[in-house]
Amino acid sequence: MNVTINGQIEQIPSGLTIVGLLAHKSVEMPDMVSVELNGEILDRPAFDTTLVSEGDSLEFLYFMGGGQ
Amino acid sequence: MTLRDDQIERYSRHIILGDVGGKGQEKLLAAKVLIIGAGGLGAPIALYLAAAGVGTLGIVDGDCVDMTNLQRQVIHFTPDIGTPKVTSAFNKIRAINPDVTVHPIHDMVHSANIRDLIRDYDFIVDGTDNFSAKFLINDACVMENKPFSHGGILRFDGQTMTVLPKKSACYRCLFKQPPPKNAVPTCSQAGVLGAVAGMLGTIQAAEVLKYITGVGDLLTNRLQTFNAKSMIFRQVTVKQQSNCPVCSSSPTLTELVDYEGPVCDLRS
Ligand SMILES: [Zn+2]
Repeated sequence: MNVTINGQIEQIPSGLTIVGLLAHKSVEMPDMVSVELNGEILDRPAFDTTLVSEGDSLEFLYFMGGGQ
Repeated sequence: MTLRDDQIERYSRHIILGDVGGKGQEKLLAAKVLIIGAGGLGAPIALYLAAAGVGTLGIVDGDCVDMTNLQRQVIHFTPDIGTPKVTSAFNKIRAINPDVTVHPIHDMVHSANIRDLIRDYDFIVDGTDNFSAKFLINDACVMENKPFSHGGILRFDGQTMTVLPKKSACYRCLFKQPPPKNAVPTCSQAGVLGAVAGMLGTIQAAEVLKYITGVGDLLTNRLQTFNAKSMIFRQVTVKQQSNCPVCSSSPTLTELVDYEGPVCDLRS
């Protein structure tokens, strides 16, 4: 199925949770990512229970701690 | 405030700029901005705000200039190695623009001093290099109702957002808590392309000038990100979260927290 991740349309397997999608996308450090699903920031506990659906729009927001 | 002849000349490119004008320049000269961190982001922010004639600049940093800083922290020069960064920054700002009153604060922000530090300023800029400080700045600015600019850089990436407390999304609306200790590399552990600091810092400086002069639309409820490898700039629309621990109408976080952050040290 098709979803939009960070502005790009991508094909992903059906039935993935957010945790599953982060693994599928080989996100190195999932602890570093905040996820916005269709405009709503997800609470971290919901990563395990929220299923990704056809047409969803997701944003992976990365912690960026640098500045020095 | 009336502009002197030399000021009319110095700031002529602002004064002839329709949206800024003499009135905008007077606002800049009357403004007080606190820059937290005199490093990769703080350097371009301080240089541009000083050149623009922001009348009072506070600069907070507890570090001294070292050799590894010079690849990107363009306010510090080779002979400054060993000097407190705030002293080095003070000297450059005075040389750029004697109109600017500089308050160098050679200290790190922590829960016990930050509210007092920010209270006298109109706008706060986050140019720090660790999560502990970024969350602390967010929380203190929301509690003191101070508008601020968040900024972060890593490797080839940068992100920034302007926060008007309780009116627009805050940093904690996006990131509820700091990541687990050691989960996130900081610059020293991951590296950063020098110019990325300038790219992000100058966006933050432009936001400060816009806020003070009232020009344009601030980068609120939008997280601006870019990647210097692809040179793709994106904006992610975000909104204030009704369950935000700090900026919601019933906050659960009402005391400042000092998180244990990863230390930025190349030699460790
Ligand atoms: Zn918030």
